[in-house]
Amino acid sequence: MTAAPVGAPAGVLHGVGVGRGAAVGPVALVRAAPAVDPGAPLVVDGVEAAPARVREVVERAFADVAAGLREQAATATGTVRDVLAATAQMADDTALRGQVLTRIDSGEPPVAAVDGVVETFAGMFEQAGGYLAERVTDLRSVRDRVVARTLGLPEPGVPYLDRPSVVVARDLAPADTAALDLTKVVAIVTELGGPTGHTAIIAGQLGLPCVVRVAGATGLEEGTVVAVDAAAGTVLPDPGEDVRAALERRRATEVMLADDTAPGATADGRAVGLLANIGTAADAERLVASAEGVGLFRTEVLFLDRATAPSVEEQAETYTAVLRAAAGRKVVVRTLDAGADKPLAFATLPDEENPALGVRGYRLVRAHPELLDTQLAALGRARAATGASPWVMAPMVATPDEARDFATRARAAGVDTVGVMVEVPAAALRAVDVLAEVDFVSLGTNDLAQYAMATDRLRGELADLLDMWQPAVLDLVAATARAGRATRKPVGVCGESAGDPLMALVLAGLGVTSLSMAPGALPAVRYALRRHTLLTCEEIADAALAARTAPEARAAALALVDHEVRTTLAL
Amino acid sequence: MAERTVAVASRVGLHARPAMLFTQAVAAGGVPVTIARPGGAPVDASSILLVMSLGVPHGEEVTLAAEGPDADRLLDELVALLATDLDAPDAPAPSGAAS
Repeated sequence: MTAAPVGAPAGVLHGVGVGRGAAVGPVALVRAAPAVDPGAPLVVDGVEAAPARVREVVERAFADVAAGLREQAATATGTVRDVLAATAQMADDTALRGQVLTRIDSGEPPVAAVDGVVETFAGMFEQAGGYLAERVTDLRSVRDRVVARTLGLPEPGVPYLDRPSVVVARDLAPADTAALDLTKVVAIVTELGGPTGHTAIIAGQLGLPCVVRVAGATGLEEGTVVAVDAAAGTVLPDPGEDVRAALERRRATEVMLADDTAPGATADGRAVGLLANIGTAADAERLVASAEGVGLFRTEVLFLDRATAPSVEEQAETYTAVLRAAAGRKVVVRTLDAGADKPLAFATLPDEENPALGVRGYRLVRAHPELLDTQLAALGRARAATGASPWVMAPMVATPDEARDFATRARAAGVDTVGVMVEVPAAALRAVDVLAEVDFVSLGTNDLAQYAMATDRLRGELADLLDMWQPAVLDLVAATARAGRATRKPVGVCGESAGDPLMALVLAGLGVTSLSMAPGALPAVRYALRRHTLLTCEEIADAALAARTAPEARAAALALVDHEVRTTLAL
Repeated sequence: MAERTVAVASRVGLHARPAMLFTQAVAAGGVPVTIARPGGAPVDASSILLVMSLGVPHGEEVTLAAEGPDADRLLDELVALLATDLDAPDAPAPSGAAS
């Protein structure tokens, strides 16, 4: 936690900004589970309630929670509706309700009764793993809502948004984000989480300003108007007119920068492809004019929250839609990257002790070759249907032999431009051998940092170790870029670091040939590149590589950046 | 006591959407029904939590039991449901997920 700078307005909260956006709006709190003594008796009108009365109150709480969730589900759409409907069904469950009431009839306090039954089911589900383990979040959400309703506390969980709001949470799980009406979210603020975690990625995809690791954020009052500034990493309650005006100017600058849709290049004309990361065909349809194509199509979105893998026909339909939407622009398709933080009911092993180091990414081919072959066949069909030439790459490749196996499979399916992700330090160190087997590589800097620094991406409190500016991570990127130059093959970057304008200058200087990012990050990166020559970018890269620590690397790079660029982008 | 034994046809087993459809059909039947895996203890078949907890995989048999005048008719309906691949794209929509 950094101290507030001198002259900062009172009450300003600090965190780690994701992206560069800013927004002003009222706080909508995602309330934590009610912290109550499980042994506390139910008190009605100042008197401890008798078991019969407790039973009545708890039974009503279950019914109200189920009815409330069903009502919300009826007005929601898509994933939000599915999550709400599934949670409503659990609140309605006869066994859950029956067992709780039985415990209450035998004199157990209400909260202890609910907790006891929920934890029994949660334990069974977690032990079963896979799909059931993922439902534990829904089960606990029912527990929190019923306990709050029983005790007359405010409804916990994701709020139902009735106006554009700044969502403030201790942390947002994927299930929480799924239950949010994202069209009414203007910014996201969390106390935990990290800049490469789930929340940050979703926010980047939607172009939402986001600040994570903001201590004290959940202490904000519901409805307080706050100014969220991702570039500065600040959250300011009750902003004055001057702050609102400054944020409005920033927004106008971003709009102005977004008007520039020329191909990405340095001041002296060295091309650096500027591409967008997408997850669905709908993302491809929204693809902004400023993107020269898609540098990372995360196909796992097609597979998540499903009990079985999508058929070759269904996949071919989606890939065809994406290729059509790209309208001749480059599209790099990444094959299924499941496992670790992205478990799939039908593919990943539920009981791996160390899933980030286990059977994930390309390694799934060992257990389920049919998943990959179906996907490649579907891509081959989409290619034939559209006449487009998609590129394809495999995630989590560690060795040249894995790269060769993947290339053989992909080429057999009719895809002719084949690459692999460099996310494992082994692949970065031996990038020349990997590149000998394929046509291109793409650096996934989030996972590369996770594996180089032995730091779980989901552990927000270790964000300093996961910093993309860590010199050891920069060394691995530099080694990969060097291999690209030596073999005259493209080396792209599709991790979060590609979207940081300052890091983009370093990457261009190292010889990276394309940068793929959340679409909202493109204008600032394009502008920064345009204002520096390749030679300056190389000097900036050298300065960063020469530093001993991550903050020193960033500072050394920043010192060489054009003054006007620093001011305009608030670097 | 009426009883039926049937193999679960849904490719995912008795999970997720198939479990939702099955428990909704039991609840709509208005007769208490139990479900058990071979040699296992019977549980309330109208509870999605208990049914999912059984973890019945594709192709495994389950035994349904019910009592009362309507039991045979309801069990026949439920057997037909379990013998269908409820995860197929053209399977009936769960009634709880009204759009």
